[in-house]
Amino acid sequence: MRWLLGKDLRILARSRLLLALLIFYPVAISLLIGLAISRSPSRPRVAIVDETAPGSTVQVGNQRVEVDRYAKQLFNQVQAVEVGSREQALEKVRAAEVLAAVVIPPDIAARVSSGVEQGELEVIYNGNALEQSLVQSQLRSALAQANLGFSEQLQKAAAQVIDQLLKGGNLGQLGAPANLIGLEQIPGVLRGVIAKQPPGADREALQRIATFADFAAENLTVSRRVLSTVGQPIRVKSTLLHGRRTPLDTFAVVVAVTVSLMFVAVLLAAGGVALEREEHALARLLRGLVSRETLLAEKSLLAAGCAFVVAFAMLAFVGAFVALDWSRIGLWLLALAFGAIAFGALGVAIGALAREVRAASLLAFLMSLPLAFLALVPAGAVASGFYDAISVISFMFPFKAALQALDTAVNGAAPAIGGSLAHLAGLTVLFAALARVGLARAE
Amino acid sequence: MGWVRARAAVSAVLQISAVSKRFGDVHALEDVSFTVQRGEIVAVIGPNGAGKTTLLSIIAGSLAPSSGRVRTEGGRVGWAPQEPALYSRLSVAENLRLFARLEHVGDPQVAVRRMLAQTGLGERADERVGRLSGGNRQRVNVALALIGEPPVLALDEPSASLDPAQRERLWRFIAGLAREGTTVVFSTHNVNEAQRYAGRTIVLADGRLLFDGPPSELLARASEADADLERALVAFLEERTRASQP
Repeated sequence: MRWLLGKDLRILARSRLLLALLIFYPVAISLLIGLAISRSPSRPRVAIVDETAPGSTVQVGNQRVEVDRYAKQLFNQVQAVEVGSREQALEKVRAAEVLAAVVIPPDIAARVSSGVEQGELEVIYNGNALEQSLVQSQLRSALAQANLGFSEQLQKAAAQVIDQLLKGGNLGQLGAPANLIGLEQIPGVLRGVIAKQPPGADREALQRIATFADFAAENLTVSRRVLSTVGQPIRVKSTLLHGRRTPLDTFAVVVAVTVSLMFVAVLLAAGGVALEREEHALARLLRGLVSRETLLAEKSLLAAGCAFVVAFAMLAFVGAFVALDWSRIGLWLLALAFGAIAFGALGVAIGALAREVRAASLLAFLMSLPLAFLALVPAGAVASGFYDAISVISFMFPFKAALQALDTAVNGAAPAIGGSLAHLAGLTVLFAALARVGLARAE
Repeated sequence: MGWVRARAAVSAVLQISAVSKRFGDVHALEDVSFTVQRGEIVAVIGPNGAGKTTLLSIIAGSLAPSSGRVRTEGGRVGWAPQEPALYSRLSVAENLRLFARLEHVGDPQVAVRRMLAQTGLGERADERVGRLSGGNRQRVNVALALIGEPPVLALDEPSASLDPAQRERLWRFIAGLAREGTTVVFSTHNVNEAQRYAGRTIVLADGRLLFDGPPSELLARASEADADLERALVAFLEERTRASQP
């Protein structure tokens, strides 16, 4: 085996373009995937036209909420581009300088203050169906956030008004009556008056008023509590069933490294076996000079070794920028080694099917990429039947098991790594057997 | 007579016994038997698809027969397949050294030097095989077959991509090997080459062995007085086709 290994390393070292492609292409792909996963979507660039008069307010009882606060809420949700008029906003949308424009009309304060009409915003956008869908989705989310913020302001004002109704006192407004009695105080005051009244119709009427005041105060207290609940009726409390929480950035690192591990191992192993056939050397080797098992083992180990080195170098390099737990390095190496060997076995099985290196590389690439994406589809993102089918496919190939093993090794995503490693070992045996059959059939 | 045949079979370096090969429904070889003595040069000729490459591959051990048996004295056969089986990114010497090691040759360096000298490739030793001409690649291909000093050599169209001078040099070299006791079985489309260099000719057609004897005997079957071996072969095959038709 060592002579074959030496020969392949020499050939690899002389195939500089192949070497460069095998290393830089997976690294580039995996970094792109990592970036795509780890970066949250950027805020949409939106032109905002505020046509309301400066200092416009929405009146809630004796409380006032500035409309400017709504605009500020919206500004925080998007990359706001302030423009002076609707025409300027239209121009910016047409010129694709912004994804959309939002016009806050001058009558918004009056409409909200009326209590019978909703305020209305105008949204202007452009582009193809995909862009429209993206803009609508992003803008809907931004407007919902702004609405939520504004409605909290309004609820706060309404709650203050209810509080004043209940407790009374000075309203703090010019011209408003001072030392106003609160609804809560009325029953006590009335009962004092009722006690001094002789029995009769007047006393009975006062008694009824006192009962009503009790009832009204009680219900207004409830209303205040209800008002704060309506603003955010459901609060989310998260519980993780097992393991520790995997931060998105370290998970992105694990995905990127696993993708690189897969590409280097699968492409090298597939190409290595196909090269023997392309050079017509396979028949010469297999007529007693080398056994099929030795040949396949040599190609798998070479590919796995190269992939292991590339993946570990990536992990170590990224570790300089992302906080990784280096005390788990033993588990990292174990996960990388098992993953690399399983990918190598998959590669030789692909190589045994192809007659030339280009076909083997293409086949390896076409198989690997969808497998990686399928393994990343989260549960619940697709219909359950489709997800079951995806899970079966992912189970039959090493990517998901390698990803789980490495995620456990790096992030402690699962309590034990043994299951994933056993899965990878089983897949190695399966693909090695398939490669052996494929090679025998190819002859 | 039977005793003589039995003696010949016992002393044969290569013995092919009732070899058949099927690829699915296709019968590439059917019940082929012959023996080859030490130092003999045997040409396997026949039309395209006759089974020449299949027979050579089975003799070389690269292909297993569906039935029948191949016995080689010493067990080793040097093989030069039709398509040169070489690593184009390795140099001539590196290819030779690799196969010398895989063949467990006692001293690979000495074997490499010997083959470079014998094939006249000494000056090209460090050149990558991918940059060699077709003729030189074929010389390396034959050199790889010889690196383990096998008692039997199976050459599948060894002169196919050689120019006349290279071809002449190759056959001189092979004749020298045969004189020293190496048994050579080669296939060729160039029937005149078989006439000139082989002591014996085997004619295959549709996987069947139709003729086994010296080229002169095949030539004698031609009705025309000035016929060459190629015309004699064509006439022979046409006669067999007519005879097999009802």
